[in-house]
Amino acid sequence: MSIEAQNITKKFGQFAALNDVSLKIPSGELVALLGPSGSGKTTLLRIIAGLEFPESGTVRFDGEDITSRNTRDRRVGFVFQHYALFRHMTVFENIAFGLRVRPRGLRPAKYEIRTKVHELLKLIQLQNLASRYPSQLSGGQRQRVALARALAVEPSVLLLDEPFGSLDAKVRVELRRWLRQLHDEVHITSVFVTHDQDEALEVSDRVAVMNEGSIEQVGSPDEVYHYPSTAFVYNFLGNVNLFHGRTDGESQFANDGGAGNGEVAYARPHLLEIQRQANGGSHFRATIKHINSAGPLVKIEAIAEWGTPVHVEMSQEKFHDLQLARDEAVFITPKELKVFQSKAV
Amino acid sequence: MAAPRRAATAATGESAAMRWTLIGVAVLFLAVFIFLPLGVVFAQALSKGVSTYWQSLRQPDALAAMRLTLLAAAIAVPLNLVFGVAAAWAIAKFDFVGKSLLITLIDLPFSVSPVVSGLIYVLIFGLQGLMGPWLARHDIQIIFAVPGIILATIFVTLPFVARELIPLLQAQGQEEEEAALALGASGWQTFFRVSLPNIKWGLLYGVILCNARAMGEFGAVSVVSGHIRGRTNTMPLHIEILYNEYQFSAAFAVASLLALLALATLVMKTLVEWRARRLLAESARWDGEEKTV
Repeated sequence: MSIEAQNITKKFGQFAALNDVSLKIPSGELVALLGPSGSGKTTLLRIIAGLEFPESGTVRFDGEDITSRNTRDRRVGFVFQHYALFRHMTVFENIAFGLRVRPRGLRPAKYEIRTKVHELLKLIQLQNLASRYPSQLSGGQRQRVALARALAVEPSVLLLDEPFGSLDAKVRVELRRWLRQLHDEVHITSVFVTHDQDEALEVSDRVAVMNEGSIEQVGSPDEVYHYPSTAFVYNFLGNVNLFHGRTDGESQFANDGGAGNGEVAYARPHLLEIQRQANGGSHFRATIKHINSAGPLVKIEAIAEWGTPVHVEMSQEKFHDLQLARDEAVFITPKELKVFQSKAV
Repeated sequence: MAAPRRAATAATGESAAMRWTLIGVAVLFLAVFIFLPLGVVFAQALSKGVSTYWQSLRQPDALAAMRLTLLAAAIAVPLNLVFGVAAAWAIAKFDFVGKSLLITLIDLPFSVSPVVSGLIYVLIFGLQGLMGPWLARHDIQIIFAVPGIILATIFVTLPFVARELIPLLQAQGQEEEEAALALGASGWQTFFRVSLPNIKWGLLYGVILCNARAMGEFGAVSVVSGHIRGRTNTMPLHIEILYNEYQFSAAFAVASLLALLALATLVMKTLVEWRARRLLAESARWDGEEKTV
C-alpha cells in the first residue's frame, strides 16, 4: 500500500515539530526517515500511524484520505523503540493479541490463531520461547517479538520508530540486516525512523533526510550520499571538513580562512589527498598533528595554513608509501569539494 | 551491660551497645504505643467472659451499627475505586488545563480535618444549609441520616485509590496502550486487557487502605450522623456511645472487631506488597540472566 503525506504541519505548543512536510512512499518500499533528534521524524511517523494528528495536511493510504481515521482503523503495524510489549502476557499471547481483540465475526478460530502465531515465531526464530514473559527475553528478542506482534494482524504498512535504538551495537547490525531480509521476503510498505546514518543507508530503499521539521532531501542511499542537495544533508551523512571562501570565476574555490562572508565548501576526509610536493593544483599547506592508524583506514589530523584542523583519511597502503610523521609539513589537495551557497551548519 | 566484644567492622557500623540501645528504644516504643493498647482492647473486651462478649456483639444496636458500617464501605469503596482509576488515568495520561488543581483537590480530604469535612456536608445539606430548604420541601433527608454518612465516608476515603495509582501509571507511560490500539483493540479492550492487569496490585493495595479507612472513620461521620441509636450509628460511633455510658466491656467488644479489621488489613497489605515485590524481583532476576538462546 502506498503512503502519501501532504503538507503536514504539526505544532507542540509554540514548537513547530513539522513544517509543511510532504512525502510520497510507493507501495512495497522500505523508507528511512533520517535526522537528528528534534527533527520531526518520529512525529511524522506517528502521524502516519494515527497516534498523533496534524494541525493541517492530509495522509493518504493508496490515494484514500485517512487523515481523520484513528489508529485502530488504519491497519498499521507499529514497532516502538522500547518494544512496548505487554509485560503480563507471554510471547505467544503478545503475538496473538491483535487477532484476539478482533470483533467476533472477524476473529480467527483458536487453532487458526495458534497456527498463525507459530508461523510468526518461526519467522523470528523464537519457537522455543513462546511461553516466556517479555522480562525474560533479551533486547533483540523483545524487538523481534514486537515485530511479530505487529505483523500478526497483517498490516497494510509497517512503521518502526527507532527499532534498533535501544540495542547494543552488535545486535543492532544483526537485526537490521535481518529486517532488510524480512522486507525482501514480505514486501510490505515500511517506514522506519532512525538517527543513525549507517543504518539508514544500509537498510532502506530510499532515505528522507529531515532537519528542523522539514524534509531536506529524499533519494536512494546512493543519491543522498553522493549528491546531497543541501549542506545539512552532506554534513549529516558523514564526517566533513569545512572550508570558508568564495568561488572565483570558473568554479574555482578560493579559501579565505573564514574571513569572507561568501560560501562554504565541504570535503569528506577520504576525498582529501596528502602530498609531499606542491603539484600546482588547488592545494594548501598543512602540518600533521596526529595520526591514528588503528582500523581499516588511517585517520590523520592536520592543521591547515589558516589555523583550523583538517581531517584526512587514507588507506593503510597509501600511508605506508608516504611514511608520514608528526609535525611534518605537507600539501593537501581536495579531490572533490561540495560548495553550498547556504550558511554553515 | 557487657562491653562490646569487638569494634564495628564497617565505618558506618555502631558498637553492639549502641545497636542494642537503638533496637531496645524502638521495641519499647512499639510496645507502649501499639501492642499494649491492642492487648488492652482484647483484654477489656473479654474481661467479663466470653458470653458477655458475644452478647454485646449480638445486641440489636451493635448489629445495626455493623450493618451501617458495612453498607457505607460497600458503597464508598466501589465508587472511589471507579473515581480513583478515572482520575489517576486522566492525570497520568493526559495534559489538560487544571491538572495540578485536580491533584490538589484529590489530596484535600487528607489535609482537611475530618470534622471540617463533616461540617461541609452539614452546611450544604443541613436544614439551615445551602440546599436544606429545597431538600426539606422534597422530603429528602441527608444530614442525620444514612445518605449523609455515606457521603462523608466517600469524601474522606477519596484519595486512597487515586494516590496509589497516579505514580504507577505515570511510570508506565502509554506505549503499551498505543501498541494495543494500533493492533486494533478498542478503548475498553485496551483498558481491561492491557492497562488494568498492569496496575492490579497497586489498585488492590489502594482498595484495602480505602476500605480500612471507610470502616474506621469517626470524625466526619460523627458530625453528620446525629447519633441515632440503631439507625445512624456506625461502629466507631457506637463504641463511643457505649463508652460514654460506662458499658466498657460492650464498647471494647465492638472495638475488638475494628482492631481485628485493622490486623486483617495489615496482613492483606503485607501479602499484596510481598506479591508485588516478588513479581518485580522475578523480572529483575531474568533481566540479569543469559540473554541468548
